Amino acid sequence: MPGLILRNIRKAFKGTQVLDGVDLEVAPREFIAFLGPSGSGKSTLLRIIAGLEYADDGEVILDERRIDTLPPGDRGVAMVFQHYALYPHMTVRENMAFGLRNAKVPQAEIDSLIADAARVLEIDPLLDRKPAQLSGGQRQRVAIGRAIVKRPRLFLLDEPLSNLDAALRLRTRVELAQLRQRVDAGVIMVTHDQAEAMTLADRIVVFNDRRIQQVAPPMEIYLRPANKFVAQFVGSPAMTIIPGTLQGGGPLAIVALGNGAVVETAVHRDSLPSGAQVEIGLRPESVRVTRNGDATTSGAVELVERLGERSLVYARLKDGAAVTAEDEGVSTLKVGDEVGLRIDGGAAHLFGPDGTGYHRPAA
Amino acid sequence: MNGQARRWDGLLFVAPFLLLYLLILVYPLFKGLWLSLHSVDIFGDGTFIGLGNYARLFADPIFIQSLVNTFVVTLMIVPPLTVIALALALALNRATRGAAIFRGIFFSSAVLSVTIVTLIWRFILAPDAGLLGELWTALGWEPLPFLSAPHLTLPALAITTIWWSLGLPMLLFLAGLQQIPHDMYEAAALDRASKWTTFWRVTLPSLRRTTILVVMLQTAAQLQLFGQSQLLTAGGPSGASRTAVLFMFESAFGRWELGYAAAAAEILFLIILAVTLTQYWLTGRAGEGEGGR
Repeated sequence: MPGLILRNIRKAFKGTQVLDGVDLEVAPREFIAFLGPSGSGKSTLLRIIAGLEYADDGEVILDERRIDTLPPGDRGVAMVFQHYALYPHMTVRENMAFGLRNAKVPQAEIDSLIADAARVLEIDPLLDRKPAQLSGGQRQRVAIGRAIVKRPRLFLLDEPLSNLDAALRLRTRVELAQLRQRVDAGVIMVTHDQAEAMTLADRIVVFNDRRIQQVAPPMEIYLRPANKFVAQFVGSPAMTIIPGTLQGGGPLAIVALGNGAVVETAVHRDSLPSGAQVEIGLRPESVRVTRNGDATTSGAVELVERLGERSLVYARLKDGAAVTAEDEGVSTLKVGDEVGLRIDGGAAHLFGPDGTGYHRPAA
Repeated sequence: MNGQARRWDGLLFVAPFLLLYLLILVYPLFKGLWLSLHSVDIFGDGTFIGLGNYARLFADPIFIQSLVNTFVVTLMIVPPLTVIALALALALNRATRGAAIFRGIFFSSAVLSVTIVTLIWRFILAPDAGLLGELWTALGWEPLPFLSAPHLTLPALAITTIWWSLGLPMLLFLAGLQQIPHDMYEAAALDRASKWTTFWRVTLPSLRRTTILVVMLQTAAQLQLFGQSQLLTAGGPSGASRTAVLFMFESAFGRWELGYAAAAAEILFLIILAVTLTQYWLTGRAGEGEGGR
């Protein structure tokens, strides 16, 4: 099978396990984001694929060729480093040509590859400058150009946008998405920014605690998180999770919260594990502040964040459970107000005692 | 408080430094210049003779030879010293305990005084009983008369000086190496650069500033070489290893010709200034626009 295959990758640093048996398959030309908190092992895995670290165990296979035994330069991968790692004493042109020269590519071909990449990245006027004469965004483009000219089968991007300011980050994100259409190779991007992962990736691999937590397309990660960690890590602000008790009744699960409120979910009861104790997960958009008597519960306002198009209301239920709710942009709520909350049970997620997520059946 | 008072208050703070600076740097500088224009010995005020001392110096074959010796020995010292210090730094730039011990050993010669250093190298270089002599004899060769043959005394000075001066350049190179970001080496590995290519195209260019600094410092230092020449060979045989500073020392404190020695010092000062400025100018032009990544 073409593409990238990782089999049972293990890695420990001085006795501390950082990757514990990771398996993953990436299709050719697929854009994958490795998403996870610091120290979750995502960067280590990227570096193992690049050959900058060696796995203690497991195999890395790219296009039906085992590459984990090869030196980094022979693997058919190119990497864009977080701090770009351009050679400061070489011009932009020399930076891009360096890898090709070492691979003994003929000079005429080097020139045409650099010219093509420079045109695509709009860095033609910069080719004879040195990195110190470039802005952060321009260095980023050069780093990408240096990867492109090698025509790799897989691009590895290590937090490529983290060094750019907010405006440039948004622009570069769009450019990365466009660029990806032009190159005939897969892309793996490490990031801790979920917005980057959600907007760019075909599939997101969520890492935590030495293991892959979930591999799925962005919306599935958002709508059907595999477990509590994924549910709370993806989405901003984080999903509210409240303990509850399963009630008797029909085929769909009905959950009573600690303050007595009852939520009718769309999760099938028979998909749940046995036992009455569950946790219910609610995204802010499925808990609305309401003023017209259709409230299903109520809480005391602790903090209001006015974001413009909507407001986020951090409220506390009577039994002490914290809930994040949504209100209109021009919310007049003040801290201490008692507000009615309407919970959209159809959008609720349930989590079993081991953290596994259960969701409404896929449409 | 008016402006005048404020200015004097401020001066009080720098006064201790200023006083010392004037006394031990500025005053001798001008005193030396003044001396060089006079015929003066240790007694009395001397007489003004204009550029007479300078004219005499340029006609003095002993002074000219001491200048030539100084240049030759500096050329024998600085390039090998730079290369060896860099090689040691490359070999010892790792975080192991062994590397730390060797760094200490190689630096230790730098803390010795010139007296000890020349004593050690006398033991090594002396042809009849020295270490090298024994070695040569054991190999069946004639021991080389390092301290008595005119063509071998300058190399003997150079070897001694290199051994003595290795520590600081090595430390400077180590500091320079540790400034090179590790991800540049990773980028080079992904760019299929061999070890050799990585050294020439990544490491060495990154050490440019350090190398310039080492060469300039060592050139300025070795042009003033004195103790080794005086203690190892006393400038001999027949002036073959007399350096410029040894010439000054002999003129001033051997023959008490203070004005003559001061004039020689002024000439050497101008030479060192010219050489280091030229190095700075030559190396400074090519290095524009570097530093960022």
